[in-house]
Amino acid sequence: MIIAFYISAIVAVIATLFAITRRHAVHALLYLITSLLAIAVIFYILGAPFIAALELIIYAGAIMVLFVFVVMMLNLGEASREMEREWLRPRVWFGPAILGIILFGEVAYLVAANAPPAVAIQRVSAKQVTIALFGPYVIGVELVSLLLMGGLVGAYHLGRRTLSQQEELYDARATRARLIAGGEPVHDRPRRTTHAA
Amino acid sequence: MIGLAGLLTRRNLVFSLMCIEIMLNASGLAFVAAGARWGQPDGQVMFLFILAMAAAEVSVGLALVLQFQKHHPTLDNDAANEMRG
Repeated sequence: MIIAFYISAIVAVIATLFAITRRHAVHALLYLITSLLAIAVIFYILGAPFIAALELIIYAGAIMVLFVFVVMMLNLGEASREMEREWLRPRVWFGPAILGIILFGEVAYLVAANAPPAVAIQRVSAKQVTIALFGPYVIGVELVSLLLMGGLVGAYHLGRRTLSQQEELYDARATRARLIAGGEPVHDRPRRTTHAA
Repeated sequence: MIGLAGLLTRRNLVFSLMCIEIMLNASGLAFVAAGARWGQPDGQVMFLFILAMAAAEVSVGLALVLQFQKHHPTLDNDAANEMRG
């Protein structure tokens, strides 16, 4: 059990080091996901399986998907196609795959051996966590919900402005094309007022 | 420490956000390890709060990155020094 902890810790540190030294963002994201998986294994070893599941679902699932989408939206350019051809070489995903295979073997061994937790570790179950969460920390839960609401509204506000700009650009292009084609400009849509950034 | 070093060395906005994620994750790992050491559930509660905060932060941060990329063609965060509102 102790050996498994040290193996996953070494994997996490190596993956994080590679994640901050890669040049392309997608390579760094692959290593970062591997690092998050290693940290989830560490949580499992530390006797917190609920937190390990949350780490997998939220960090490696949701937040990394956000990063991948933003990288995908930012790289819409002329050179992106050649860049993708370079990205899909086998040596790119070789390192994360090696580290991931190490982690998978470790988890398979732990599940198969049904190993007891380490000696100095006292297991804290999910029931205790939720009792503490909704007992003395209920104010914190409310504040976190408020924070998430603020984040939602802020992200929507920042994203909506770009959408309206794109719509205006499309309107202008359509009107110009209609004028070139000899038609009348159409003003059926009310003018959208956008504030300056 | 790795996240902080990355934040200081990389000059890319997406990499800055990733390094912030690494730092938050490390602090959450420290909380959970301390909670497991003394057998208290407070560490995992703190990790839940850190997780929610990181989710909110990264959504707003990535929206800001997209907005920034509309105005500047690069993602260099030295180019953001002309921000005056």
